[in-house]
Amino acid sequence: MQGISKRFTTPVDLAGRLANLLGANHQPQTVHAVSDVNLAVIPGEVVGLVGESGCGKSTLGRMVAGIYEPTEGKISYQGKDMRLMTQTEARQASLSVQMIFQDPMSSLNPRMRVIDIVSEAPVYHGIIESAERGDYVATILKKVGLDPVFMQRYPHQFSGGQRARIGIARALAVNPKFLVCDESVAALDVSIQAQVLNLFMLLRQELNLTYLFISHDLGVVRHLSDRVVIMYLGCVVETAPAAELFDAPNHPYSQALLENVPTLKLRHKRFSSIKGEIPSPMNPPTGCHFHPRCPKAGPRCSVEQPVLRPISTGRQSACHLNDGGVG
Amino acid sequence: MGLVDPPGRIVSGSIKLGGKELVGLDDQGMRAIRGKEISMIFQDPMMTLNPVLRIDTQMIEAIDAHEKTSKKAALARAQQALEKVGIPAAADRLKAYPHQFSGGMRQRVAIAIALLNNPSLIIADEPTTALDVTIQSQILAKMQELCADSGTALIWITHDLTVVAGLAHRVAVMYAGRLVETGFVDDVLDHPLHPYTRGLLRSLPSEGIPGQPLEQIPGMTPSLGRLPPGCAFAPRCRNATEICHRSSPEGTVFPNQRLARCHHPFDSVAQPVGLTER
Ligand SMILES: Nc1ncnc2c1ncn2[C@@H]1O[C@H](COP(=O)(O)OP(=O)(O)O)[C@@H](O)[C@H]1O
Ligand code: SF4
Ligand code: SF4
Ligand SMILES: [Mg+2]
Repeated sequence: MQGISKRFTTPVDLAGRLANLLGANHQPQTVHAVSDVNLAVIPGEVVGLVGESGCGKSTLGRMVAGIYEPTEGKISYQGKDMRLMTQTEARQASLSVQMIFQDPMSSLNPRMRVIDIVSEAPVYHGIIESAERGDYVATILKKVGLDPVFMQRYPHQFSGGQRARIGIARALAVNPKFLVCDESVAALDVSIQAQVLNLFMLLRQELNLTYLFISHDLGVVRHLSDRVVIMYLGCVVETAPAAELFDAPNHPYSQALLENVPTLKLRHKRFSSIKGEIPSPMNPPTGCHFHPRCPKAGPRCSVEQPVLRPISTGRQSACHLNDGGVG
Repeated sequence: MGLVDPPGRIVSGSIKLGGKELVGLDDQGMRAIRGKEISMIFQDPMMTLNPVLRIDTQMIEAIDAHEKTSKKAALARAQQALEKVGIPAAADRLKAYPHQFSGGMRQRVAIAIALLNNPSLIIADEPTTALDVTIQSQILAKMQELCADSGTALIWITHDLTVVAGLAHRVAVMYAGRLVETGFVDDVLDHPLHPYTRGLLRSLPSEGIPGQPLEQIPGMTPSLGRLPPGCAFAPRCRNATEICHRSSPEGTVFPNQRLARCHHPFDSVAQPVGLTER
């Protein structure tokens, strides 16, 4: 991904339009959900994408999966700009990248049986014949740890963990190479979450998958990822190999995030935290988006936006402290 | 809290607050306690807040319900409470409606209301689950500080054992409607007695070795209407034996005020010291 941005413009709502008739001046609002992000994912890699709500993780994930078009920038798949692909190539690429959502209940059609949910896309795209559906779905259900005898059932007849598996089966049915998982285990109980995380790791090995794993849970990300990307208000602030990042985060926001993660080992700790709320992406702070909350901010931070620059092999961080200081 | 909706009711047992029996108390008696002696904070602060009333109105109401003060005194107390939970420009924010606050700020308002009448106990039901880490940390820090200052006891209901580790003195683990293990946090988290507790601890991704499979508890939580005859955890338990499927284990007391409900508890060091009555 090169220079990817996504802006959503919310039209003025009815109340605003009425107020405008009376002389008010409500303008359409633009959300800078993702600003100028560069990200390359290597085949076979698991990249964890972390940040607090509203920072643009899902929007970025959806652009990767081809659900949203970027407002600016280009997305390449296997070195080729998606916009310059032939129809066949583009279809191949879009099948190769599949998305798995957080809430399996709202992403699974409640009126369809599991067999139809899983076989719909592969039949439509001619990967299998309609007649082979039963066998095909059975194989895939086994892969995700579900008993094929359940394929005639509807989503509501399953538990949360099983529905998560159905969502995974549906994505696997078109033989993807790259899975974008958006908070895919967030809604599950700890014991069930462990089962699904183990399944993700197993599938990675068996099918040689690449993952973009979006989660606000740093424990989950640390466990699964080779490399971690941290976002704040639409921008990538740091990217590093997982082990290095968790050992020694560079960016003040990464440091704050990691400090605030409770762990089993820290008993009776005094919780403390960086101050302030997460600002609105409609109107992000000037300069470094993090400066109003940053304990290390200086005069330069409110006027100049830091760029992501290499700080060591495989590591990048966007903070003036790595580049001449904040004074 | 006496908030079980009919036809649900307490069929047996006893709940004591400072020696006073709460089970069987009439509506009026319970109202006098709720919001005064015990208050509650929910995952969704809108359980506490009324969307169509200004914050000051709601806070004055909460004070009025339990004591007679002048409106001016009540307002001053409300403002103080908002300041205590860290809401900037409290005097102005009192005039706002709930929807004018962010999720984290709304939860702070709910906490301020819970603290208004200096309760002896606060029950907090997953109050930070929906919040981001940095905001969760801010709320946890505030709760710690406020409860320590006022000597208020706290029951923190959560599925997150790492928060328990940081916050609690004692922990009670529930499975299928029963307490299966209780004790001091250090004892329970370092040397769990019950297989369910141990399974939970080991399935945490933050405790695993990155990239290695996590220990998982097989199966899923049973529905409370269809519990198996013996130990409710038996169908998922690696240590289950024949007796587990047949008889429900009694609560057994262990040294250092620990309790576990299991036929084959871990940790042979902690020899049971006796059985509880039930
Ligand atoms: N379809 C949409 N229309 C308008 N705004 C949107 C839309 N999707 C997301 N946003 C806004 O973009 C920002 C980033 O959202 P999102 O990518 O969902 O963040 P995250 O997944 O990190 O919580 C938020 O402010 C959100 O409200
Ligand atoms: S650029 Fe300044 S405000 Fe931003 S993270 Fe670095 S020190 Fe903090
Ligand atoms: S009583 Fe038996 S089945 Fe239940 S938790 Fe203990 S060992 Fe496991
Ligand atoms: Mg999201």
